[in-house]
Amino acid sequence: MPTLFKIALRAIMRNKLRSSLTILGIVIGVGAVIAMVSIGQGAKSMVEKQLESIGTNVLLIIPVSTTHTVTSARGMTAGFATLTIEDTMAIEKECRAVNHVSASVRTTTQVVYGNQNWTTYVSGVGPDYQIIRNWPLESGRFINQRDVNIMAKVCVLGQTVVANLFGTLDPIDKWIRVKNVPFKVIGVLNTKGESPMGQDQDDVVLMPYTTVQRKIMGVTYLGIIFASSVSADTRFEAIEQITALLRQRHRLRPHEENDFTVISQVEFASTIMETSRTMTLLLGSIASVSLIVGGIGIMNIMLVSTTERTREIGIRMAVGAKEKDILFQFLTEATVLSSIGGLVGIIFGIVLSKLVSSFGGWPALLSPPAIAIAFLFSNMVGIFFGYYPARKASRLNPIDALRYE
Amino acid sequence: MQDIVLLEAVHKVYKMGEVAVTALNGISLTVKKGEFVAIMGASGSGKSTLMNILGCLDSPSQGKYYLEEIEVSNFSKNELAEIRNRKLGFVFQNFNLLSRTTVLENIELPLIYGKQLSKPDTDRVHQIIRTLGLEEYQKHYPNQLSGGQQQRVAIARAIANNPTLLLADEPTGNLDSVTSTEVMKVLCDLNCNMGITILLVTHENDIARYARRVIILKDGKVLSDTPSKSSTTPASQALCETTS
Repeated sequence: MPTLFKIALRAIMRNKLRSSLTILGIVIGVGAVIAMVSIGQGAKSMVEKQLESIGTNVLLIIPVSTTHTVTSARGMTAGFATLTIEDTMAIEKECRAVNHVSASVRTTTQVVYGNQNWTTYVSGVGPDYQIIRNWPLESGRFINQRDVNIMAKVCVLGQTVVANLFGTLDPIDKWIRVKNVPFKVIGVLNTKGESPMGQDQDDVVLMPYTTVQRKIMGVTYLGIIFASSVSADTRFEAIEQITALLRQRHRLRPHEENDFTVISQVEFASTIMETSRTMTLLLGSIASVSLIVGGIGIMNIMLVSTTERTREIGIRMAVGAKEKDILFQFLTEATVLSSIGGLVGIIFGIVLSKLVSSFGGWPALLSPPAIAIAFLFSNMVGIFFGYYPARKASRLNPIDALRYE
Repeated sequence: MQDIVLLEAVHKVYKMGEVAVTALNGISLTVKKGEFVAIMGASGSGKSTLMNILGCLDSPSQGKYYLEEIEVSNFSKNELAEIRNRKLGFVFQNFNLLSRTTVLENIELPLIYGKQLSKPDTDRVHQIIRTLGLEEYQKHYPNQLSGGQQQRVAIARAIANNPTLLLADEPTGNLDSVTSTEVMKVLCDLNCNMGITILLVTHENDIARYARRVIILKDGKVLSDTPSKSSTTPASQALCETTS
């Protein structure tokens, strides 16, 4: 009934300051809910993107026992030498839950092109590395088995390295120098972005691992073995198989600890996901509390308003307003207050999330369902907290109400 | 002629804590269509209680109340609200207009409850506004009007729904004698020319003089029920003759 809205709006306009303060409570509540949920969603989508960038089903085998303290020099040296090329081959041959394996060894060094130089990670990898990491090429080709076998002096560059050494030039078939050894650029990787730990994954030069071992580092051991399980579900099976195989190969007795660790990146990332989900939930619930506080503000003001307008209620009843007419009148008023608050709150929430994301460098993902829910919730808050005062008003005795001073 | 009001041994007992106060103690009376009745009595005689019951704002504790031959004494709150809306009009001592609401909207107030405003309704409202000489004040707010004008707005509101019974509770109590006369003329005019049945509560003999029948209450009972004794020609009749 449009008359109800007219009456409600007039009553709201009657006391502008009071109404705006009441609305402000809802604005802050709705705004906070929207901002918090968008920030949480933004964080979640960032983690999701990073999770994708790691590559699905990736397992890392590192030559250090997680139970060894990193400060133990003996543990470190002992650990460093534990993984071998033969381990890699054995995993590839014997572990049924594993479909791709790549040995890898990594060092930090300076690479030079012309008069440009750049300090970066040089990673020695196998042909399967590209599949395991699910990392497409932008141009050229990837390292193949022949490159590994002949210790070819070839390399594949990450985007950050390309940008720093070549600028806008096409690096394919150019020669870069590492420790005065020339390497031919055979491929360029696509952009991968940051890892969940915040590392720039594009700041890398990939070479055959044999090349890095002999031509650059002069070592025979491996740094890390990359492997991928057949599917996400066989992840744990793959970990078990690799662990059993390596224990056997390293001749570890049952009471001895592993001298290596198998890490599933997915587990790591999903921990972060879980954390960000919990954060979203926590922030959202704190924000909802402020929405409820806003609702209590509405209830408070409606109670004051119905008391002040007791005579008006009496007059309306005398001329024939029924209980439900009075109930709806005040319920409409409360709901109009809260929906104005909800609408302004949506704008406030959007602005707030943009501000937080621009100042905090944190992505904010506005979620339309969250906005709709926050708005609906604000209306429900209006109805819920407006009901008691409205019912109180509607139950007034007309004679007493008319006599009220 | 049809009985507009028929009260049969109506009692009203209030409980004030432990004590029961008898406000009405067996009142029986009838009011016929077109009558103009003044109800008088000292304070505490039960005038207001009687008015509340007649106005369907309250129900009797005992006894029966027929309004236009419908028994309303055992109606629910909502049913009473509907009766008030359709059959009754109220004029109060302190006008009881909605502030910050225009004169026009105040007058239309009884019409917006229960239904949408129809064309005949608005026509009727305009007719009433013209009759009461309120055309130029339609968009004014009550606090911009004089007491007499406010009471005229209240009367207009009371008759907007074409009531069968108009209840006026000390309508001139807050007005000076000149405006009182003016307001009483309006009421007499409504009674004579529009045939509206009026029940008037007052404690002033001068005002009661306008009615054609005076009921005096004492201790919740009817003490006397007589035709207006002020003169052979009641003031209202005189007024009717001059206006008609």
